[in-house]
Amino acid sequence: MAFSTFSGGIHPPENKGPSEGKAFSNLSVPQLCYIPLQQHVGKPAKPIVEEGETVREGQLIGLADGYISANVHASVPGKVVKIAEHPTVYSKRGMCVLIEAQGAFSTSGKPLESIKWESMSGLELLNRVAEAGVVGLGGAAFPTQVKLHPPRNRQIDTLIVNGSECEPYLTVDDMLMRTFPGEIVEGIRIVMKILGISKALIGVEKNKPHAIASLKKKIAELAPPENIGVAALKTKYPQGAEKQLIYSLTRREVPSGGLPMDTATVVQNVGTIFAVREAVALGKPLFERYITVTGPLVKNPGNYKVRLGSLIADVIEECGGLVAEPAKIIMGGPMCGVALDGMDVPVVKGTSGILVLGHADVRPMDYLPCIRCGRCVAVCPAGLVPNEMANAIEKGRLDLVEPSRPFDCIMCGSCSYVCPSRRPLSHFIKLAQEKLRRRQKE
Amino acid sequence: MQDDNIKAPGLVLSNAPHINAPQSLGSIMWLVVLALTPALAYSTFIFGLHALLLIAVSVAVCVASEAAYCLLIKKPLTINDGSAVITGILLAFNVPPEAPLWMIGIGAAFAVIVAKQLFGGIGFNIFNPALAGRALLMASWPVHMTTTWHSFGESNVLSQAASNVAGLPEQAYDIITQATPLGAFKEGPGLLADLGAAPDAVYRTLFTPEMFKSYLVGNIGGCIGETSALLLLAGALLLLFRRVISWHIPFSYIGTVAAIMFSYYSLSGFGSPGQATLFHLLTGGLMLGAFFMATDMVTSPVTARGMIIFGVGCGILTCVIRLWGGYPEGVSYSILLMNSTVPLIDRFAKPKVFGTKHA
Repeated sequence: MAFSTFSGGIHPPENKGPSEGKAFSNLSVPQLCYIPLQQHVGKPAKPIVEEGETVREGQLIGLADGYISANVHASVPGKVVKIAEHPTVYSKRGMCVLIEAQGAFSTSGKPLESIKWESMSGLELLNRVAEAGVVGLGGAAFPTQVKLHPPRNRQIDTLIVNGSECEPYLTVDDMLMRTFPGEIVEGIRIVMKILGISKALIGVEKNKPHAIASLKKKIAELAPPENIGVAALKTKYPQGAEKQLIYSLTRREVPSGGLPMDTATVVQNVGTIFAVREAVALGKPLFERYITVTGPLVKNPGNYKVRLGSLIADVIEECGGLVAEPAKIIMGGPMCGVALDGMDVPVVKGTSGILVLGHADVRPMDYLPCIRCGRCVAVCPAGLVPNEMANAIEKGRLDLVEPSRPFDCIMCGSCSYVCPSRRPLSHFIKLAQEKLRRRQKE
Repeated sequence: MQDDNIKAPGLVLSNAPHINAPQSLGSIMWLVVLALTPALAYSTFIFGLHALLLIAVSVAVCVASEAAYCLLIKKPLTINDGSAVITGILLAFNVPPEAPLWMIGIGAAFAVIVAKQLFGGIGFNIFNPALAGRALLMASWPVHMTTTWHSFGESNVLSQAASNVAGLPEQAYDIITQATPLGAFKEGPGLLADLGAAPDAVYRTLFTPEMFKSYLVGNIGGCIGETSALLLLAGALLLLFRRVISWHIPFSYIGTVAAIMFSYYSLSGFGSPGQATLFHLLTGGLMLGAFFMATDMVTSPVTARGMIIFGVGCGILTCVIRLWGGYPEGVSYSILLMNSTVPLIDRFAKPKVFGTKHA
């Protein structure tokens, strides 16, 4: 059977084993929570609590500032100790609300009452999503209410749900689909209602047969039936990249420089769908999420529910600690994740996983000249010639980079991965993008 | 540029991706060396110790030249990457088995120092170093390069095939058996006609089932590494299977030669165009060139479309040289000529950018 896919891409070792199929368990609530006011793309939220104030669990502490921004809530009940700068994954000095846990937990442990959302209007549902501070949980952290509210002149006909989880090591989306298929299908129905459409497609790489089966079962049970499809996709990175996923599922190409809505689609990660469902059907703000903690150095790798604002150090400690000196601590997966310079960084909405790699696992920093093998060209899902751009920027020749269309790069890193000379090609292209942007500003 | 990656104490900080594919520059090069080994071993078996000595001198001089150059201009020693070894083997594979040792030494030094290092070392050379070395030898010592073929004696398959052909004068017999099959095929008919013998005696000699078996196995005259189509194909399969090379260049190259040769011999009324085409594919340096030299990454295009254009170009030039040129063989010059077009091909054969209509 041929599975839907896109052209280019790579198939690195999946390495999902350490955490694959491990049921979710709850990490204990941290005594101190560092909640960044910026956990999303756009402007940071404005703090609306003061030092010394007592907050409830799930209380709004940061208000979305402007159109592209998101609300931030207290992950734990307690006292606001400080509002100050602290390292986050996005910034060396991000404003954080530091909460010391104390008092009663209003939500945990108790089943929340279901809200009859079917009778609400799309706009009401959208407001609930915005209030709950939902952002893209796949890693991009783009405010969800913006994505679910396309300009009026844009026709949307299909919701695309990203369950591909093409990053090696990570298994959290897989476990979400296996554990909560009903909740995800309900979330899809909510998003379809918000968008006013009747068609949704879930794309899952075929290496997750349990997830595919669970979702299909729940969709078949729907009465009345809904037009929600589950497609098994070829296991290939970056199958979950937005443009590639749309192409795999619909054969539509997002035009160069365009957005998914140019193909009449909206793409949401399964984790985001789950959070939308909790926000709308349970009225629960986004203050905790599921993550994968994994890698060869983690003592007890697995899938965990964790409060936003928990420090990486505490999370790793709870997972049994590390078995050896780490080389890299990565927030996210090994292909797209961000390497951290310390463990005092809090988990945020966009944290899909924490990956700890040893020196034997990480790519070397030294690189050799390009031997023009063409592997980077063959794997580039965007159809670019990465070696050429990298060579030009290495020589500082911005004028030679521009015609090679660096802004069509989706930063998947496939080129750097395959390069036998270990050249950090995507890093060079990112550098070119930044230099060109800076020059355009001047 | 390396300053952009800051090493924090203990933790490595660099941009994603954080992992890499197992294949490295060195592992690719040493796989190519491994893929050339069967043909190398067999050449020693059929041509004798002198062939092995030529290979050894060629490799030794290539590696020594690279080391000396790196030391001289104080750049990191690159001999471990295996590329100089490949150049050495390929240069030796492209000279006749009885060529003098001093000559290949000069060719090897030229290949590494002039054709590779003066252009900037690995990754920056325009021409395939081994073929550039061969071109220098062809231009400087043409007699050594075209007459020092191995003498197999009377037991040779070609001699036996020739002695089975009736009415072949003794001089004609020498002409056929002392050249390479391609040489005999090209020069033979004319020389036989001059002697008053039937020109097609050449074809009756070369196109027997036994001879075709020899073209596959390689127990015939020719340059050191080019004779055994089978063993070269075995090495090529390893490289294709391990994805060191892709099908684009060798298949388009060989396919083009096959198409042109078959059309030519069909249209020119040659008795058996199929046999003539197969003969062109299996003899001479086509298998060696198409799988091991035209595929040299540094000197071939980077895009799939570009690789196909490159292969077709090599095929056309090879046919032109073999059919109408002055040399019986055209593989090495056709690859060298196409090497010079690579920047142009890369410029125009870009892949289609996702989300655009055109490339």
